[in-house]
Amino acid sequence: MALRTLLSRRTLAATVRPELGSFLGLRNLVTFSLPDLLYDYGALEPAISGEIMQLHHQKHHQAYVTNYNKALEQLELAVSKGDVSSVVKLQSALKFNGGGHVNHSIFWKNLAPAREGGGEPPKGSLGWAIDTEFGSLETLISKMSTQGATLQGSGWVWLGVDKDLKKLVVETTANQDPLVTKGATLVPLIGIDVWEHAYYLQYKNVRPDYLNNIWKVINWKYATEVYEKECPVH
Amino acid sequence: MGSTCFHTSAAPSSCLLSSTKRSYGLHDLKLKVPISRTRKVSKVLAFYGLRSPPYKLDALEPHMSNRTLEMHWGELHRGYVEGLNKQLERNDILYGYTMDELIKATYNNGNPFPEFNNAAQVWNHNFFWDSMHPRGGNMPTLGLLDQIEKDFGSFTNFKEKFVDAALSLFGSGWVWLVLRKREKRLEVVKTCNAINPIVWDDIPIINLDMWEHAYYFDYKNDRAAYVKNFLDHLVSWDVATARIIRAEAFVNLGEPKIPIA
Repeated sequence: MALRTLLSRRTLAATVRPELGSFLGLRNLVTFSLPDLLYDYGALEPAISGEIMQLHHQKHHQAYVTNYNKALEQLELAVSKGDVSSVVKLQSALKFNGGGHVNHSIFWKNLAPAREGGGEPPKGSLGWAIDTEFGSLETLISKMSTQGATLQGSGWVWLGVDKDLKKLVVETTANQDPLVTKGATLVPLIGIDVWEHAYYLQYKNVRPDYLNNIWKVINWKYATEVYEKECPVH
Repeated sequence: MGSTCFHTSAAPSSCLLSSTKRSYGLHDLKLKVPISRTRKVSKVLAFYGLRSPPYKLDALEPHMSNRTLEMHWGELHRGYVEGLNKQLERNDILYGYTMDELIKATYNNGNPFPEFNNAAQVWNHNFFWDSMHPRGGNMPTLGLLDQIEKDFGSFTNFKEKFVDAALSLFGSGWVWLVLRKREKRLEVVKTCNAINPIVWDDIPIINLDMWEHAYYFDYKNDRAAYVKNFLDHLVSWDVATARIIRAEAFVNLGEPKIPIA
């Protein structure tokens, strides 16, 4: 039955890649849901507390997902009515909440418990590229930590790769702007959330301590995978 | 209580600040200490001091906890003051400005200098502590209420606008009730990071800190509860009234009410 295949396609999409969205019945509006973490909330202790991980995932990221879905519904309505000013007005909500969803989905994959490789330095082509571009991993870490600590207000600090130039870059973005806002060819490898909600309960206002400690749970394996996809080794 | 200024090996001849407790109500102090050529200054000159809130740090419980104030005032606000002092030490040009002048000058029409963040945050937080009171909330009265009803329709409508602005602020920033000088009316505005309406020559009446550090300990991510508690229990309409009375010296809010004998 057509209806049953439609429903099963939705559940399949939702289980395999929830961040890709699912078809909502017959309306053709793709909506999004909160992706699961691949580890327990407490697995990243003592670098990031379980309390923060739970709040960050279940409250903050969920809020971005919920509000993004809401904004999408409103956008669909405005588009179908030809309401140009509403479409334009919704852009900031779409950018903020959509960006929040994109960024946090990457962030959860950027982290891993120590026993699953969190903190282990990158090997292979990414390791080489880091040494070539920055001199050493320590230099890169120091550069990112400094930029993250001096970022005013809320935002993210990124290690990205320019997929056309095949170069590594360190960038910061404000609020929930994704890395592409700094360059259409930039692909994020590692993103570190420096919003206060990411560290305040544990590190209080000492953002530099948070940044020094988070490297112990950074999942370089994921970063290497993404890098090798964009810059294949010949 | 946060009124230290400087240490030298001997007392200088002229000094604007005594070393005794500062009285509440003094605005930001500016020190001009002549550095004697024969004496060595043994420590840092401080240009601004950390002003205490006009109430004890636990006085705003349960709406804003002692823990929050200890961190927010004691560490963060203090950090902005100390950061600003360090920057001013290195900068001869900005020496001698009042706080308001400093903010407008370092804002540089939207391309702010590094000192702006610290200066504006010191100002914003001073204003914020003063905007609250342990027995705050309720409603404004008399002239301020009249003006709010004139510019927003009703006090309820103003509260709705204020809450909406706070909840739709993306990222870190502040929400203000401000008197627009040119339009001669009250408005609710939201600003990013450290930006302050005085850079546009407007007159702030109250503000609310929407940076996450302001509410995270007490409310986690429940911003709506934080804003509502501020409006219902903390905001000091007395202070707001005093501010708008002063503002009337600079903005003509309408026909004068000439009393009939």
